[in-house]
Amino acid sequence: MKINRRSILKLSAASIAAGTIGLPKLGFAQAIDELVIAYSVNLPSWDPTVGPSAVNPTIQGIYQSVFDQYILQQPDLKPAPGLLTEWGWNEDRSQVWMTVREGVTWHDGSPFTPEDVAWNLARVANPDTGSPMQFVWGTLTNHRVEGNKVIADVAQFDPTIFKWMYFLTGYVLPKAYYEKVGPEGFEAAPIGTGPYMVEKFERNAFVRLKANANYWGGKPEFDTVTIKFVPDAAARVAEVESGNSHVTLEMPYEEYDRLKNGPLAGVAAPISDIGMIFLNDIEVMTDPNVRMAAAISIDKQAIIDRLMSGYGVKIDTLETPEYEAYDPSITVEYNPDKAVELLAASGYGPDNPVKFKIQTTKGFKPKDYEMVQAIVGLWRKVGIEAEIEIYEIAKHYELRAADQLAPAAFYNWGNSVGDPTTSTGFAMFGPSPHSVWDGQDLIDMINPLWAEPDEAKRIEGWKAVDRYIAENALVIPLLQYVQPILHAPGVVVTPHASGALLPHLMKRA
Amino acid sequence: MQILRILLMRLTTTAITLLGVAIIVFFVIRVVPGNPVAMMLPPGATEDDIARLNALYGLDKSLVAQFGIWLSGVVQGDFGTSITSRQPVLGLVLGRLPATLELSIMALVIACLLGGAAALTGTRYRGTRTEAAIDVADGVALSVPDFLWGLVLILLFGVLVPIFHISGRVTPSLDLPFTTNFYLFESLLRLRLDLWADIVSHMFMPALALAIPLAAIIGQLLKQSLKETMNLDYVTLARTKGYGETRVILREALRNAALPTLTLVGVQFTFLIGGTVIIERLFSYEGLGNMAIDAVINRDLPLIQGIVILFAVIFTAVNLAVDLLYAVLNPRLRHA
Repeated sequence: MKINRRSILKLSAASIAAGTIGLPKLGFAQAIDELVIAYSVNLPSWDPTVGPSAVNPTIQGIYQSVFDQYILQQPDLKPAPGLLTEWGWNEDRSQVWMTVREGVTWHDGSPFTPEDVAWNLARVANPDTGSPMQFVWGTLTNHRVEGNKVIADVAQFDPTIFKWMYFLTGYVLPKAYYEKVGPEGFEAAPIGTGPYMVEKFERNAFVRLKANANYWGGKPEFDTVTIKFVPDAAARVAEVESGNSHVTLEMPYEEYDRLKNGPLAGVAAPISDIGMIFLNDIEVMTDPNVRMAAAISIDKQAIIDRLMSGYGVKIDTLETPEYEAYDPSITVEYNPDKAVELLAASGYGPDNPVKFKIQTTKGFKPKDYEMVQAIVGLWRKVGIEAEIEIYEIAKHYELRAADQLAPAAFYNWGNSVGDPTTSTGFAMFGPSPHSVWDGQDLIDMINPLWAEPDEAKRIEGWKAVDRYIAENALVIPLLQYVQPILHAPGVVVTPHASGALLPHLMKRA
Repeated sequence: MQILRILLMRLTTTAITLLGVAIIVFFVIRVVPGNPVAMMLPPGATEDDIARLNALYGLDKSLVAQFGIWLSGVVQGDFGTSITSRQPVLGLVLGRLPATLELSIMALVIACLLGGAAALTGTRYRGTRTEAAIDVADGVALSVPDFLWGLVLILLFGVLVPIFHISGRVTPSLDLPFTTNFYLFESLLRLRLDLWADIVSHMFMPALALAIPLAAIIGQLLKQSLKETMNLDYVTLARTKGYGETRVILREALRNAALPTLTLVGVQFTFLIGGTVIIERLFSYEGLGNMAIDAVINRDLPLIQGIVILFAVIFTAVNLAVDLLYAVLNPRLRHA
């Protein structure tokens, strides 16, 4: 064949035509063979137990597709037998015991053993591994195997220790394989016992998963799942709208409404993320009248209805209805007239407004900045003049850890384990690096609850704390987020209240 | 001799520039708010946990000591380990560099083709409505930022007429036989036109979005140069010989008029690579830019440093190449 400019041009045109013809148009009406998900974040690391990825809630769904947690968490946040079938404390709570499921295999076909569980628990308790949750796992020591049971001594009693076994870093990695290939080898070719096996991984691009035919919970419905990492919301929407992906999440509510009433289907369910305003006990926030006026002058339901297109659940404590310490009798009224009276009692009013700064992210969570703008507008009507400062989420973390947040700061708090310690506890306990409220009265109320062995008494204790917080307006809970998921009509998506998008819970319609 | 002197001088200034960039990026990203340890603190972490994690990532030492450790590693080719992915930084950035280079080169080629075509057509039909239309199109192309072009292209060719891929660099289900990360070039060398076409259909929209503003710049400058050249004596002579206008433009005027545009293209290429950051993110393209945004969001300090240094090396290398090329092409410098 003679190579000249004309032949090269012809060849190029033919190749492009071939490429575009071969474009995988998944189509809405076609039976779905290979499930494609447009995911909102990249996966930086395959080790779910160490480093920043281990505490990143947005990627836990991918981890849970490949790795099992010690204890399974059901879509309603309730625990269920997983790799551990039974668990508990001995009578004097000096030891924990865990019965390990038999007949489970790793993705490479080797058997899963109780030694794997003991090794994992010891590894994340070791400060040298970089485990960010060492302070939790370090409460158990001297892990040992007895038959198909794992026993550990309790160095410090933590009533929530088994809840951490289906929370951040509560994953089981393969001891023998990890020791053989090392951390870098594991990053290159991770294996677990989960419903899907990693077939191909391109960093910042996609992960291709194959169904684990030997999964102890039953083989997942879709043999192949491709998770594309598409961080831009507009591109994610275009992915499902064009039929290139079957499922996506985290898009503007307006887009969700537009598409779910068109060619796509959708499911929107409340998740364990809440929007809230931290109040720092500095400047004017030491005045209870100012705090209460700020709390009761926010019409949360109007914000949800008008700004969030109705996708939110009004909350008055840091507990959502799915959490164990949720108490519907604790309410904070919307009463702008009373807010005016309270401010007047402290010498403030529309002509002499109380002034403070409120910090917020912009675009980190849906409508975060717009929500704060609306709140500032509502506050202005009662005599509160708040100046908005926009900052990055990284700055929020640093300021919060150093207790240097502004008098008011918007944030979203996740608590997919549903326990009050990981919502009210860590957010409001003064010595915690996540709390900016340092009142000794609250510290004294919370302190005995950390190690309260009587579960009913512990939950009642947290409810009392929540009531005290609400009555004194020590924080302003706003709403529970609703997560919109768009999908092709050929898929049935089961939402998980933790916010994790789990392919093994998806079925063909 | 003159060229050698220029080369030595530029290499010296390049080394100083890179050291300056290293110092600036190292200290600036540590001064701005956002501590990587604060980012990974779980609920319930104590002051001891913070101290332990700071020590683990070497953040407990003074800034000067941290810089000394990092710089001594860089000199030995060790750029540190990424905090988020726990992989060596050098491997991560070099692994992504080919994707960004291929995208930038494709965008440059498209920009030259579009800009060149616009300039030639505008010159051929100068003074007519066609030229006016090209000027308007140039103005629009230049005034709309590349990421907006990206969104328009996604809507047009990703959703309404879905003929190109919206995200990624290659279809995940394809088996790639490549030994390098230069997928586009390697697929051509292996004559795997099916893969080549798939890669092109992924790259086309991001490359076009990057190319459109640059095409407008090239088009405007080349047209201006062509217009000036068309009034020179030797072009008039060609006309008097009876050559057609198109032949005069292509055969006589273009070669001389293209020189200033070529210099501009060299400079613009560096800006083009900088522009990939947003475009790669929009199209989920697995290049350096996409990685850079994640690194910044996660405050992955070693990775940010590695990416910035690599960008600086590319910028200085391209500028050096342009300077040398200019010296080679300029007879006064070549024969001095």
